[in-house]
Amino acid sequence: MGSVTATVAPTTGSHVTSWFRTFGAIAASGFRRHATYRQAAVAGAVTNSVFGFLHCYVFLAVAGAAGTAGGYDRAQLATFVWAGQGLLAVILLWGWTELADRIRTGEIASDLLRPVHPVTSYLAADLGRAGWASVARLVPPLLVGPLFFEVHLPRRWTTLPLFVLSVLTAIVVCFACRFLVNATAYWLQDVRGPMILWTLCSGVLAGLYFPLGFLPDWLELSLRYGTPFPSLFQTPLDVLVERQATPVQVGLVGLQVGWAVLLLAACRLVQRRAERRMVVQGG
Amino acid sequence: MLGAQARSQASYRVSFVVDLIGNVGGTVFDVVTILVLFGVTRELGGFTLREALVMVGLSAFAFATADLLVGNIERLPRYVRTGLFDAVLVRPLAALPQLLLMDLPLRKVSRAAFGLVVLLVAVGSAGIHWTPGRLALLVVAPAAGVVFFGSVFVATATVSFYWVDSGELANAVTYGGRDFTSYPITVYGGWFRALFAYGLGFAFVSYHPALALLGRADPLGLPAWVGWAAPGVALVAAALAAAAWRVGIRHYRSTGS
Repeated sequence: MGSVTATVAPTTGSHVTSWFRTFGAIAASGFRRHATYRQAAVAGAVTNSVFGFLHCYVFLAVAGAAGTAGGYDRAQLATFVWAGQGLLAVILLWGWTELADRIRTGEIASDLLRPVHPVTSYLAADLGRAGWASVARLVPPLLVGPLFFEVHLPRRWTTLPLFVLSVLTAIVVCFACRFLVNATAYWLQDVRGPMILWTLCSGVLAGLYFPLGFLPDWLELSLRYGTPFPSLFQTPLDVLVERQATPVQVGLVGLQVGWAVLLLAACRLVQRRAERRMVVQGG
Repeated sequence: MLGAQARSQASYRVSFVVDLIGNVGGTVFDVVTILVLFGVTRELGGFTLREALVMVGLSAFAFATADLLVGNIERLPRYVRTGLFDAVLVRPLAALPQLLLMDLPLRKVSRAAFGLVVLLVAVGSAGIHWTPGRLALLVVAPAAGVVFFGSVFVATATVSFYWVDSGELANAVTYGGRDFTSYPITVYGGWFRALFAYGLGFAFVSYHPALALLGRADPLGLPAWVGWAAPGVALVAAALAAAAWRVGIRHYRSTGS
């Protein structure tokens, strides 16, 4: 089309340092913005712990006398639950409607005037938010769980770095999914439909309600290789409880990275389409 | 007021249908979760799938119906924060009914109806030996569950009079209570079970009534008549919630925003 859009092309080459500086500044402001809600963080940590107890007892009852369920032993199930409750707020499966709200109210127009691509700036802010959440929301369940349950502690030196990488990737994958769901607001009057669909699917298919290992093998495998959902939640937790051998885990994290790249590309594509459409509408 | 609500909410037809479907979805996945768990194990806490489904049905119906009727009280923290609650207080009507009717979420009807279906299918397939007493319990217990969950919604919402940013804290008890009552309480252990089951009273929503319906002895050793205590527990909960609400309103100071 060759039309001029409101966004400036991403800077390249010698501007790499300034790009990183901008990205870092947005991320830091995202961190600070969420760090102001201290009461909410305490309330959230308490709630995560209550659900940690609930899920942990239920999964341990599923493991029952045999002591294993879906390929997890009791200690692995406990770690899966408690780390999962901690990750919930870090990855932020639910409750992000900022982009959709800005599109609806028209405030998005001011985002387009900024010299940073919207996908980049929202991602940076989200990483900052996740940084605060990993201090305020991930740590409490990780401390509470081991007090009351026997947990699985990583035994291989590769596990922790791989886990950190996997969580970082999961945050990016989840951000991209949320961005795409929110971006339907460019076309739809009412984004509640896509939002509800996302909320329902992400909870059950990402492994929050139960580890996907509880499902029949064919279903687990097709979810794992055919959808991004396990990359949100299941993969980092499987890495942490060392469910697979290290090479397989590296492969799974690689798959996660693949989803992250693919979905971020989709975000940029959707955003470009939406901007063209807005220019055509003149609105 | 109710008629106007119904008309206004149904006028955006597509949104309304989407909401109806979305609200059922949550409960559907709760049931799917139970089925998946029973796909891995034959019994959970000493109960079979059919027995556990009776508890799921009681819990799902009671929670969804209470959520439909008074669940909107969850918005209280936002009303307090934005100052809208002041407008409610200056009107010459009781505050609680106003809050509940201001935005009765008709979309949640679908979920309560689905809860009822789960309950009826569960008691139908559990092989219950029906007596007049058990039939009466089948009516009384779900109603008591609705009152109980309603009281929990109101009581937890009053926290926001003291602690404005407390939204998620209420979820720990309301949604936590729903999850707790979806499984036999034999699943849980130690002080956690004691706190939720008897400290907060959630054992009387589904576990004990289900035992009485099924005619099973309590593995934890309480006598069979405890299943009939549900209405009494619900009334106590309602009285406590009403008291908490009154104290909360009196304590309320506007945020001034």
